[in-house]
Amino acid sequence: MDAPFYWIPFFPLLGFLINGLIGLRRFSNRAVHAVAVAAVGLSFLTALWSCGALLAAGNVAGEKVLFTWIPANLIHLADQVSGASFQIAFAFRFDALTAVMCLVVTGVGLLIHIYSIGYMAHDKSYARFFAYLNLFTAAMLVLVLGANLAVMFIGWEGVGLCSYLLIGFWFTKDSAAQAGKKAFITNRIGDFGFLLGAGLLLWFLGTMDFNAIAAGVTQGLLTKSVATAAALLLFLGATGKSAQLPLYTWLPDAMEGPTPVSALIHAATMVTAGVYMVARLNVLFTFSGTALTVVALTGGLTACYAATMGLVQFDIKRVLAYSTISQIGYMFLGLGVGAYSAGIFHLMTHAFFKSLLFLAAGSVIHALSGEQDMRRMGGLRRRIPQTYVVFLIGAIAIAGLPPFAGFFSKDEILAAAFASGQYTAWALGMVGALMTAFYMFRLIFMTFFGPERMTHEVAYHIHESPRIMLRPLQILAGLSLIGGWVGLPAVLQGGAWFGRFLAPVTGHHAVHLSHGLELGLMVASIGVALAGIAAAYYIYVRKDGQPARAFAAGLQPLYTLVQNKYYVDELYNNVIVGGCKRLGILFARFDLGIIDGVVNGAAWLTRLVSKLSILFDGSVVDGAVNGVAHVHQRYGRMLRRLQSGYLYNYALAVVLGMVLLISFVLIY
Amino acid sequence: MTILGVPILSLITFFPLLGMLLILCLPAARIGAIKWTANIVTAIEFLLTLALLGGFQATASGMQFMEQRNWFLNIQYLMGIDGISLLLILLTSLLTFIATLSSWSAIKDRLKEYYAFLLLLEVGMVGVFVSLDLVLFYVFWEVMLVPMYFLIGIWGGERKLYAAIKFFLYTLFGSVLMLVDILVLYHHYGHTNLLTMISSGSRLAGTVQLWVFAAFFVGFAIKVPMFPFHTWLPDAHVEAPTAGSVLLAGVLLKMGTYGFVRFSLPLFPEASYAFMPVIMVLALIAIVYGALVSLMQKDMKKLIAYSSVSHMGFVVLGIFAMTPLALKGAILQMVNHGISTGALFLIVGIVYERRHTRLIAEYGGLSARMPVYAAVFLIMTLSSIGLPGLNGFIGEFMILMGTFPVSWLWTAIASTGIILGAAYMLWLYQRVMFGKLDNPANQSLADLNLRELCTFLPLIVMAVWIGLYPKPFLTILDKPVENIVRLVHPEYYNIPLQKPPTAVAPSHGAAAGHEVK
Repeated sequence: MDAPFYWIPFFPLLGFLINGLIGLRRFSNRAVHAVAVAAVGLSFLTALWSCGALLAAGNVAGEKVLFTWIPANLIHLADQVSGASFQIAFAFRFDALTAVMCLVVTGVGLLIHIYSIGYMAHDKSYARFFAYLNLFTAAMLVLVLGANLAVMFIGWEGVGLCSYLLIGFWFTKDSAAQAGKKAFITNRIGDFGFLLGAGLLLWFLGTMDFNAIAAGVTQGLLTKSVATAAALLLFLGATGKSAQLPLYTWLPDAMEGPTPVSALIHAATMVTAGVYMVARLNVLFTFSGTALTVVALTGGLTACYAATMGLVQFDIKRVLAYSTISQIGYMFLGLGVGAYSAGIFHLMTHAFFKSLLFLAAGSVIHALSGEQDMRRMGGLRRRIPQTYVVFLIGAIAIAGLPPFAGFFSKDEILAAAFASGQYTAWALGMVGALMTAFYMFRLIFMTFFGPERMTHEVAYHIHESPRIMLRPLQILAGLSLIGGWVGLPAVLQGGAWFGRFLAPVTGHHAVHLSHGLELGLMVASIGVALAGIAAAYYIYVRKDGQPARAFAAGLQPLYTLVQNKYYVDELYNNVIVGGCKRLGILFARFDLGIIDGVVNGAAWLTRLVSKLSILFDGSVVDGAVNGVAHVHQRYGRMLRRLQSGYLYNYALAVVLGMVLLISFVLIY
Repeated sequence: MTILGVPILSLITFFPLLGMLLILCLPAARIGAIKWTANIVTAIEFLLTLALLGGFQATASGMQFMEQRNWFLNIQYLMGIDGISLLLILLTSLLTFIATLSSWSAIKDRLKEYYAFLLLLEVGMVGVFVSLDLVLFYVFWEVMLVPMYFLIGIWGGERKLYAAIKFFLYTLFGSVLMLVDILVLYHHYGHTNLLTMISSGSRLAGTVQLWVFAAFFVGFAIKVPMFPFHTWLPDAHVEAPTAGSVLLAGVLLKMGTYGFVRFSLPLFPEASYAFMPVIMVLALIAIVYGALVSLMQKDMKKLIAYSSVSHMGFVVLGIFAMTPLALKGAILQMVNHGISTGALFLIVGIVYERRHTRLIAEYGGLSARMPVYAAVFLIMTLSSIGLPGLNGFIGEFMILMGTFPVSWLWTAIASTGIILGAAYMLWLYQRVMFGKLDNPANQSLADLNLRELCTFLPLIVMAVWIGLYPKPFLTILDKPVENIVRLVHPEYYNIPLQKPPTAVAPSHGAAAGHEVK
């Protein structure tokens, strides 16, 4: 293929540099967003072009080495008898998987950039916002284009940095600054696994290139246990970036960032990087087997666990945050049962409907002058009908009703889980689906139905968002409706085109189920979704939330536990963060007390001995005449005089010495 | 290579001394002239060291620009550089220039002596990196000690005398051990020419080599500083004036690790191997211990000082892993640490000059008042925590990947330093820059002026350059590192190369069929 796909990340990078270096001081808002949107727009067009070229070339990947990043070094491999020349090329590769990711990142990214023009219009750090957003887009594109683990890691950390900067965008708010830091450090724990996993692969294979890793695994250069260790270490990295158990706690806090950021980074793109990484290394994970099972169970558990917390949130963005954690769990569940393309399919549809939900939530928040608590909303469907419609579409899509996008991708994952015999994972997924439908419609009903619970002041100011915000929402709503059709399964007379497109990268995954069983599963998952919606309708519309309050009161301890996020934050804070702090204080005391104790003790001893000898000298020389006190005084005075002259003398001596040295050499 | 008839290494070593004499001749009252002289001299010195690049053969194996004269008693005036020294010399001259420039308005009394000492310090630093005779090396090593002692003792903070004497005695203790070592070596070889010592192939016998290695090790370890010899560093840094801290962290700490690379490994290969596990454990302790202590500091300079202990632990780890990848990473990391930590001390210096406090709690929310400062601080924080795309990552990554084949456990423990590094630096950044600007004393802080910005720009450029395109820096390290690895591990390069795995069946699709443009 001959499209310039390697240009894709450079437009947003350029946009970042222009806005960051010049725009920040000199540009009007209009110029700032023109640059930023144009940059992402050009990326999107290049991605489309490259995608077309990829299809035209028969789905054969393109590769471009830009330059040698780390030049060759000899390393000894794990077998002890051979070495490898290890070097890292700054190389990009464009294949089907990258194509999907690039289109999602630039496509959804473009819509969110446009939406931000309206959402951030009154923020005084307008240029900074767009500069960061562009930098993020560039980093994310490097992540998905990188041809080896090291280049991927540039993007991996780059998106983490932008996430840090954007969560803490309103840095005067302590909670925002705190949340940004928490996100970065939690991700660093994941990176620890990433680096060690990469190191292990390097030690055994002598390379970090994705193709070479896959080839090495196929050629049997890794034992199962090594492959499992490497895969699990890398997966630790994925759990950090993609907010899975046990490293998920940063994502709900990340909602401190502006809403477009939540939509772009913490829903549609960055948090799915872990999913992308596992899919990229599918050969390794499949070979290990054990690692794959861990992925499936982590995904299934997270999907269910996060959903329980989504049930009891009142902050509209936090509901969506837990929902994101849960949905990414589904993606991992899909990957973990070997249905890599299904996981990526869900990644794509999720990008559509979850960014839609976040942006629509932003529109609600915008309308309510910043209110995020659903207990002070209600009845909004009459006041902001356009937002309501798109929100409803997003909710149906995530709940998983046909023909909306989420249905096809989630169903493919659940069918694959069932077919692979991982019934536990499948059951977790079904329970999660029930809760998803419930909490999402709980959100819809609390926000858009029932009586208006906001203050008069807020109610008075309610307004529909401007067109620049609504248009991207409507496009995303369209995608949430039809986006799943590219993966229409055979049982519904579709061609499962999406899976076939990805097959060169992820391998072909056939679900071996009879048509009847497959249709049955489909009906079951629709039934579960409908049950969740119906329950939400009964509780929050018919009974105005009364049963929920009664339930909470009846099961007070359980409710409190979930409401407080199972106290995991407190656990982490006290044990890990607190432990590090306590050790830090202990070690600092060790420095001051023990080590410096020895050092100062030695100095004290020396001074004591010298004092004694002075005393001795003094008493011998003129001890008969003067008292001890007098001696002290005298020596003190003498030492003082000596010292002030001493500085100069010493310095002068050094200079003279140097001069002598040179002249000596020159004369010689 | 000569400039104006003077051999270049002698020239770059003693040119600052000329500047110093010039300043000593100026009347103390002529402040402007003194400042300008010092700045111009260090700038010219930097350009002179850049001129080295003109004649330097990146792929040559031996020492270059050699100068050799007999001095006395078989002791030689022997100078020469390879890629390792070249990088460190460039770092030294750049940082000295920046440190001088940063002192412009920070130093208000006894300017003449201040600048004189600064230039004398540069003589010592450059001298150490060009000397290839042990006695000559020792002379410059000691020369370096004195001006730093005075810089801390005269222009330092409240506890300057304690810090200066602690610094002096700690280092002197190490130097004395080194001196004894040099005498032992002189006795064994009959001369102190490092190159001949190495090429002669004769090594000190078993136990003697262990003792001599250990004594050298303590001398260098104090300088690095390695746990448990590190407690002079926080005090020295906290009390030193900004320029002193910059040079201390940026260059003086590298003397220790440079010593390991230049002397310990080539002269005592067997002992290096024997001591490797002990040193590795000390390096790992330094990484984790330094980071944890750093986390809990209330004083910005102390925090960065302890972070140096942690970062230098990485360098020692890389050196004693003794694989080309790790060793090269370690040497590059010396330069990286000089850049990022030098810059961080400048950054503290900026607000210290305005507010006269280094306590983190005194600050908060500065981003709102000082956006340019905030950006510079952020970039250097990221460089320090090893964000890919900036310099720190390359060094850390190479060290970790190069240590992995030696011990995955050591690598894993060292990697925790990366997590903690992010924790203490981002927490520092959060407490100083984020939050509300609620301390009245900070309400009118001025952002960076042009001169201050100029002290940072070269460092930022270097950080990005090394981060994105480290090839030129790593290429000149190829040969020297290979020489050292061959000395300590003669069989290392004899291993047969395995071809990297490539895709098998073309039917496997994308994996096979890519084309390279």
